[in-house]
Amino acid sequence: MKQTVVRKILAKAVGQSQVNVGDVIEPQVDLAMSHENAALVMNQFFEIYSGLNAEPKVWDPNRISIILDHRVPAESKKTATNQKKIREFVAEQGIAKFHDIRGDEGGICHQILPEMGYVLPGYVVVGTDSHTTTHGALGAFSFGIGATEMASVWALGHVLNVEVPDTIKVIIDGEMQKFVSAKDIILHLIGKISAQGANFKVLEFHGSTISAMDTSGRLTISNMSVEAGATSGIIPADNETLRYLREVAGFTGAFEPVLPDNDAEYCQTVHIDVSKLEPQIACPHTVDNVKSVSEVEGTRIHQVVIGSCTNGRLDDIKIAADLLRGQKVSKNVRMLVFPASSRIYREALELGYVADLMNAGAVVMNSGCGPCLGVHQGALGDGEVALATTNRNFKGRMGNPVAEVYLSSPAVAAVSAITGVITNPIKGGY
Amino acid sequence: MLKVIYKLEDDISTDIIYPGRYMATVLPTETPQYAFDDMKDLNQLLNGKSTDEQSIIVAGNNFGCGSSREQAASTLVGHNVIIIAKDFARIFLQNAINLGLRTIICPDIEAVAGDVLEIHDDKVVNQTRGTTHPIIPLPEARRAIVEAGGLIPYTRLKLKQKLGIS
Repeated sequence: MKQTVVRKILAKAVGQSQVNVGDVIEPQVDLAMSHENAALVMNQFFEIYSGLNAEPKVWDPNRISIILDHRVPAESKKTATNQKKIREFVAEQGIAKFHDIRGDEGGICHQILPEMGYVLPGYVVVGTDSHTTTHGALGAFSFGIGATEMASVWALGHVLNVEVPDTIKVIIDGEMQKFVSAKDIILHLIGKISAQGANFKVLEFHGSTISAMDTSGRLTISNMSVEAGATSGIIPADNETLRYLREVAGFTGAFEPVLPDNDAEYCQTVHIDVSKLEPQIACPHTVDNVKSVSEVEGTRIHQVVIGSCTNGRLDDIKIAADLLRGQKVSKNVRMLVFPASSRIYREALELGYVADLMNAGAVVMNSGCGPCLGVHQGALGDGEVALATTNRNFKGRMGNPVAEVYLSSPAVAAVSAITGVITNPIKGGY
Repeated sequence: MLKVIYKLEDDISTDIIYPGRYMATVLPTETPQYAFDDMKDLNQLLNGKSTDEQSIIVAGNNFGCGSSREQAASTLVGHNVIIIAKDFARIFLQNAINLGLRTIICPDIEAVAGDVLEIHDDKVVNQTRGTTHPIIPLPEARRAIVEAGGLIPYTRLKLKQKLGIS
């Protein structure tokens, strides 16, 4: 009894009836995900095996997923060679859940995992990417680790020395105003509890707003939980999770949702009423520097970016297309849209969203992470300002330490692309 | 006795420690030159100093927040520095321990560049100022890894047990 979701998942992963906060355990891993940094993981994996009289072999090729997304297609010979080595490793080891640079099944790792049905409620998921918190939206305990730690998982199948984390309960109630979305809720929460407010802890989300929210919005909330320092952002599985797994991910099997005990012990409870929440914006250069959009209205912008693992799903692109249909992106703004997966891109094409966006002046790029972290396309010039639906605005994040990045929802980003300045869609009569 | 070479503020992100544009670099030995590449003074200080001499960088809260990129830790290993911070972000701390970067959690550390510090098991003594600052010991879960010399040798031990080889 008294168990939170993460404690229940971890207890099962070590074959015990319960675990306590602070226990040191070695949970079995259900899914281990890497992107291009699999090249570094491979290096460390072979290092573990060096001097051992044994053939290097991953513990279970069916439980490893590798997705090329950070620099796609490769921007340099170095990246291209790393990607080539990853393909060779995938073939040698028989890694099943591999997604190459393709228009049929490629995309950003944190979108591919849910839409392919690779993550189920109750899973322990690790990924060599901090936004691995995303998959908590499906009721999994999903957290980011470094490349060496992943090499250890590839070798052994469990994560060494995990300390059972404490849990903060976040209750979100109220009906959101038009143009207010999951992104605004999570930005507001990060601003409220700070960038370190959940360090070493898990956020567990409850409340009527979460119950009514679809999985796309939930993925946004879990995705950015890490920006409050959280190890994971878990939304207990419910009927919506089942609907998503059936309708979107094509999952036909059964699963048992992991729910917290009625008397579950939380270290803190945060209650948020979103009925009066305005669109939020994270201002340079920290994600917890959150304000209402009204407070920074009129700020001149040079680039708008809509996409990423945070807000690059079909509903995000639809919001932008609806606002931009028949309108024009300001002559002073470059608008870049990068869908979170090739599947979303194709759906956006079929529904006419891509044409709407292009006719307005936006550039629709292939699916990938590039502009979000300044590694591949979309870099900012000196002194320029970007408004992005991505997840981080740290100094230098979009490739230039003397540029600024603001973070918002797709609705705020889209109307601001038209006006050329940060604009509140609620006031604009859109 | 070790010298503080730089003092950093709160919330130093991995984008500052190791910019994303250098992430195609794979081997830990390739990374040190890019440490703090967007903070030119610190970058030049690190690249100009001898790695024979261990030195200290002092930071505030939430050092290493942001991405899971392990290069943010390996780049500092290559400069033979110790990081004393008020607190660290989880993934960075884990990477540091896995890779053998010495990290010390010292919530009320007060020191600036040029100060000379003495590091004990339970406290940091600032000899320049004559002040003492308690250390929060590493989480127990992590100490076994440090004692084994990092996560690679630690995993190798576990793997030998699993495969039944000596």
